[in-house]
Amino acid sequence: MATQHSRSAARLMMGPAVVLLLGWMLVPLLMTLYFSFKSYLPLRGGDLGWIGFDNYVRFVTSSAFWPSVSATLIIVGGVLLITVVLGVLLAILLDQPMWGQGIVRILVIAPFFVMPTVSALVWKNMFMDPVNGLFAHLWKFFGAQPVEWLSDASLFSIVLIVSWQWLPFATLILLTAIQSLDSEQLEAAEMDGAPPPKRFVFIILPHLGRAITIVVLIQTIFLLSIFAEIFVTTGGAFGSRTLTYLIFQRVLESQNVGLGSAGGVYAIILANIVALFLMRIVGKNLDA
Amino acid sequence: MARAVTTNRKVINTAFAWGIGLLIFFPILWTILTSFKTEATAIADPPVFLFFDWTLENYQVVQERSNYARFLWNSVIIAGGSTVLGIIIAIPAAWSMAFVPSRRTKDILLWMLSTKMLPAVGVLYPIYLIFIELGLLDTRIGLVIVLMLINLPIIVWMLYTYFREIPGEILEASRMDGASLRDEILYVLTPMAVPGIASTLLLNFILAWNEAFWTLNLTAAKAAPLTAFIASYSSPEGLFYAKLSAASTMAIAPILILGWFSQKQLVRGLTFGAVK
Amino acid sequence: MGQIKLEKVTKSFGDVEVIPPLDLTIGEGEFTVFVGPSGCGKSTLLRLIAGLEDISSGQITIDGQDATNVPPAKRRLAMVFQSYALYPHMSVRKNIAFPLRMAKLDQAEQDKRVEQAASVLNLTDYLDRRPGQLSGGQRQRVAIGRAIVREPAAFLFDEPLSNLDAALRVGMRLEISELHKRLATTMIYVTHDQVEAMTMADKIVVLRAGHIEQVGSPLELYRTPRNLFVAGFIGSPKMNHIDGAEAAKHSAKTIGVRPEHIDVVDGEGVWQGTVGVAEHLGSDTFFHIHGTGIAETLTVRATGEVDFRHGDRIGLVPRADQIHRFDDQGLRMP
Repeated sequence: MATQHSRSAARLMMGPAVVLLLGWMLVPLLMTLYFSFKSYLPLRGGDLGWIGFDNYVRFVTSSAFWPSVSATLIIVGGVLLITVVLGVLLAILLDQPMWGQGIVRILVIAPFFVMPTVSALVWKNMFMDPVNGLFAHLWKFFGAQPVEWLSDASLFSIVLIVSWQWLPFATLILLTAIQSLDSEQLEAAEMDGAPPPKRFVFIILPHLGRAITIVVLIQTIFLLSIFAEIFVTTGGAFGSRTLTYLIFQRVLESQNVGLGSAGGVYAIILANIVALFLMRIVGKNLDA
Repeated sequence: MARAVTTNRKVINTAFAWGIGLLIFFPILWTILTSFKTEATAIADPPVFLFFDWTLENYQVVQERSNYARFLWNSVIIAGGSTVLGIIIAIPAAWSMAFVPSRRTKDILLWMLSTKMLPAVGVLYPIYLIFIELGLLDTRIGLVIVLMLINLPIIVWMLYTYFREIPGEILEASRMDGASLRDEILYVLTPMAVPGIASTLLLNFILAWNEAFWTLNLTAAKAAPLTAFIASYSSPEGLFYAKLSAASTMAIAPILILGWFSQKQLVRGLTFGAVK
Repeated sequence: MGQIKLEKVTKSFGDVEVIPPLDLTIGEGEFTVFVGPSGCGKSTLLRLIAGLEDISSGQITIDGQDATNVPPAKRRLAMVFQSYALYPHMSVRKNIAFPLRMAKLDQAEQDKRVEQAASVLNLTDYLDRRPGQLSGGQRQRVAIGRAIVREPAAFLFDEPLSNLDAALRVGMRLEISELHKRLATTMIYVTHDQVEAMTMADKIVVLRAGHIEQVGSPLELYRTPRNLFVAGFIGSPKMNHIDGAEAAKHSAKTIGVRPEHIDVVDGEGVWQGTVGVAEHLGSDTFFHIHGTGIAETLTVRATGEVDFRHGDRIGLVPRADQIHRFDDQGLRMP
């Protein structure tokens, strides 16, 4: 509802944001597509011509591909599982009456604000170092042999670090969702004779359904592209090379831009599949 | 729920929640504590928790040796610049979407969101090339632009959800009162949306401050912000825990404080208004 | 100053035509009320005049000048909104001064006019408060203050009293009427409340589904409603409509008699009925009569205290010269 005048003003004012984002999306995307069909090695001859779908085939048939897919799935799946399950429990705990709720909330949220490079380094050195790390001290205290976390259990270690970073996010969103639950619903269920476990399963959990879906989707998008945590801890070694990191290595370390670009196109397609689901949910919410 | 809870139950809740809260917070606490230790104490076995000789030496060393201040300044400029620039571009766009919605508004909003989901690594090389061509590699302005672009969808979304809560009649009243579009946005909309704009500013400052893909890949020495500075500790020499802790503490302290202020808005901003 | 003329104005939202071609002239200094049930297009019509919406076709002229494509800021009209639409971040003083600031008047002149408006509206003591600290009635006054300072060609009011409680509403109604008398500026007032329309208007425009049903002074509409809709809408309690044989006696499809034009008698009348509910207001008594055989319920208004109770059988006598006759189109018959 507005006038022609304000509608044209609106179009004009939306212009800069739309044009910038359109450029930001299209230009690199088209360039990536272009490179992905070329043999392009900047340090070894540069542009060596069109090679069709060779890069796409080579990327998926290389020995590093399937391990990187499984590493990605383990990291994303593991972090999602840990953050959602612990997040729900923590959110319910934080929703209980207690003293100092605000402070506990702050303590729980804090890791989310820690720079990824900082958290990765702190965990790598001060906790997971097999000689001087706190875990090593702890293991020795109980007479056990300290674990070489980042080489012997690299994926587990990365999942642990990343879960620590994302647990606050899941908790915060689930807590917000729990708090929006109408307490009369719970009281009605109580009047109807539902014991606490049943109230959790039949009322709280369904109410959290949407929030959990959102947490899963948003985290998936971010987790698919985690980079710094791997960059500073293992550098992709010891089986911790994810799809993102593999592409990064192809492009910058081995300077095979064509191959890396093909990988990039795969990553873009993958992210878009996840994004599609997220959009559905957010879009529905827009109508409300 | 305003219902009486037995004190017993409350004590158990409190103990449990505080225990878990401290456990989650512990790595940060440990980093802060270690930053005040000497390097020898930092690796002592068994570890020392509180009773050690507190020292500020590490902070001095970090500052002197690595010119910490310059990295900090780069971070401030890059995070602040990208956020402010983003907000300036986003306010008019969010005004349009919130107050002059059309059939396409929803599609545009969703499309903007979808650009956020483009995996950075997929377009790393093109951006790298463009940066070399334009001479933007390792410059602050280059990073300001890139971070502004990645966060622009979130900024537009957050402002849009805040603006939608402002009654359109007030803006119409200003039009009837003779305000031009510029006056309307400058004197009526913006002051009314100050809380929303402030939380948008805060959250996006935090996101930009912690961004660790582009800041690592597009900088070398000149424009490197704190993320890159900290990453340089990944291949250390000699004893460095205390110094690493001091540097880390300095890198995260400002953001922790800002973050605690913005925790309420965080949910809304990161879920694009889907959870309030 | 302040003549507004609409010629063949239409408005469509998409395929839906909310205002069919409409002609209307609002005279200089006139207090015109747009009245009609909700959804009749009265607010849309006001917004078209204000320029907050584009008209789909036709022409709007203000003081003889074509204003069809003039943006709202340039039409020299002031508007008071249903929600008051005060600027919450500004003090009352700044709110009232806002249109002057937009017009770039110098500070001294702004102060003078704000003080003037504030004293007229009893707001002097509240000038430094924020709208959030004021009561509903005071907010309403601030909104009016903001409208009067700029000395507009006409005032537009969009259901300004609907958010006030009943007692305040009566008070503000009087204040707005007095303001009109003093300023003698054109005012257009939108309401769904026919009492407001009857008490305030020089001219009432009755709207239904975007159509103008009738234009006239309050008493014209009361005495000679052009059709059944206007007859039913104007006047409280509503006019009784009677169809069938009783109407045929007057050679009409439908006849209408206002409750106050039926006398109650103890015993035989023209019509007979049983009292259902009797509402004793002191000054008046309303009877809802059943079992008359001519209409399901007849409403009758008797002056003063009349002591009939539920279940009493009474006679009714309509005043012969106050029977309105309508044809099968629902239009008034001469």
